[in-house]
Amino acid sequence: MITVQGLYHQLGGNPVLRDVSISLPSNKMTAIIGPNGAGKSTLLDVIARQSKLQQGQLYLDDQDMTQIKPQDLALRMALVSQQNGIASRIRIRDLVGFGRWPHHQGRPQAQDLDKTAEALDRFDLNGLGGRFLDEVSGGQRQRAFVAMAYCQDTDWLLLDEPLNNLDLRYATALMVQLRALSQVQSKGIAIVIHDLNYALNYADHIVALKEGQLAFEGAVSDVANSENLTGLYDTPVEVTKTEKGLFVQHHLMAAS
Amino acid sequence: MALSEQWCFYGFYWGEDPMPDTRLIVLFLVLIGAGVTYLTWGLAGPIAFILKLRAIKLGGLLVVGAAVGLSTILFQTISRNRVLTPSIMGFDALYVFVQTSLVFFLGGLGFSQLPRQHLFAANSGALILCSLVLFTLALRKTRHDIQLMILVGVVFGLLFRSLSALMQRLMDPSEFAILQSVSFAQFSGIDRIELLASFIALGGVAVWLVWRTSVLDVMALGKREARSLGVAYDRVQFEILCAISLLVSVSTALVGPIVFLGLLVSALAHSLMQTHRHALLLPASAMIAALILVAGQAGFERILNLQSTLTVVIEFTGGLLFLILLMRGKIQ
Repeated sequence: MITVQGLYHQLGGNPVLRDVSISLPSNKMTAIIGPNGAGKSTLLDVIARQSKLQQGQLYLDDQDMTQIKPQDLALRMALVSQQNGIASRIRIRDLVGFGRWPHHQGRPQAQDLDKTAEALDRFDLNGLGGRFLDEVSGGQRQRAFVAMAYCQDTDWLLLDEPLNNLDLRYATALMVQLRALSQVQSKGIAIVIHDLNYALNYADHIVALKEGQLAFEGAVSDVANSENLTGLYDTPVEVTKTEKGLFVQHHLMAAS
Repeated sequence: MALSEQWCFYGFYWGEDPMPDTRLIVLFLVLIGAGVTYLTWGLAGPIAFILKLRAIKLGGLLVVGAAVGLSTILFQTISRNRVLTPSIMGFDALYVFVQTSLVFFLGGLGFSQLPRQHLFAANSGALILCSLVLFTLALRKTRHDIQLMILVGVVFGLLFRSLSALMQRLMDPSEFAILQSVSFAQFSGIDRIELLASFIALGGVAVWLVWRTSVLDVMALGKREARSLGVAYDRVQFEILCAISLLVSVSTALVGPIVFLGLLVSALAHSLMQTHRHALLLPASAMIAALILVAGQAGFERILNLQSTLTVVIEFTGGLLFLILLMRGKIQ
């Protein structure tokens, strides 16, 4: 379990997170939702130790996370960032292979290659392994970075808006994969996500942020209702229970 | 096994290559060939004396070439930009500024009477010190943002260039002529002790590079990715900057500024090796740079009979090669 207590964070003098206390359950998928600028990515960055902890406590299975060495943390937690810049000219196969770096520190063994091959296979990248990262589409690149984090073979997987750039097919495929990883391989997964239909139907747990503060937190079945979500986004959101799952309607304004 | 052969082909193994890359071996042999040609071409007269002279010059060419090749690749790795070279940080401007001030304040006679090895030590010391001060202060102020630090370097480079230009305007023409002779790279008259010192510095950096080569590969992925893989990004970045500063300072103090070579060399190394792995890129780039310098100097001395400058030879042939490769899509 990842526990965050009394977290304050500011960027350039502006408070981004104020008194956030949450816990991310192990072996489950947690969706971090909220309007733009709510501090979702910052929260994920602080948890992944990309940003320095300014104020508050951070525990990974009751262990103070600031006391864990970066090399050791990389064996327990992997992060998929939002892609803004294109990395160096590198083949997809090699990029995915870098996920094994924390394990072999530059000297890959047979099991590292096996794991890389399995990740390429699992994320449907087999035909693309030899292609350069800057010569594939945004969605394919996104999948390569997710495969790299999977390759890292950690108990925790943090993803910052991984559905960006993915089409319907691959977005659904990725969510199915992530759910399977949390259920079958008992990974804890935290995902910053905007699409409520995916969030509510695939995640077990919801953390909702608004203006840097915790709006609500809890199991999907407890907190994912029209009232909470409408308040969170200041926009009419309607959650309907259907035979196949929850359906979130928010794109049509009520007739005026 | 077919699969593992494929992995090797794509350059996945790093650290323990089954055998060195063929392209590197060929490059090494060509470099040796070029060196031997340079030493023996048109050998006449007092052979022992000429060979000794040429050997020192060859040593200078090799050391400077390796320093330019390594520092450019390293700089491109941390700036994550394939069209930058360390010279953008104003190293050459600082060097010219130091020489200009010396000539300006000591006079032409005083400058030429300075003990050579002291001058070399002072030059490299000043360059290393200034760059380290810039790195530490700028990196702290910009919260380890390398792009901002490069901008700070560009601004300082401009400052030094303008100050040098001002002093050169005020200077006596004969003193200006002395200054001009040290403002461009020159491989004639390299001192043995200086060469040895540069060689030791280069060797030190090379040992560090061999030890850190796979971390460099991770650094090239970018800050967030490297951190997520457990690399202490800020610390390694500072280490790389120190290595660059050492390489550039020593090679500049040895022969003068070479601003044109790095870009060509890194483009050639990338198009030849087609890999992200520093274990292959760094030696290739070092050897290509040395090869260009040796070949250029040989052509300059024997074919053009010292009628031009090495800069012109290398810029002309190198620039031509660069354009051809660019048009054929070999450089990306």
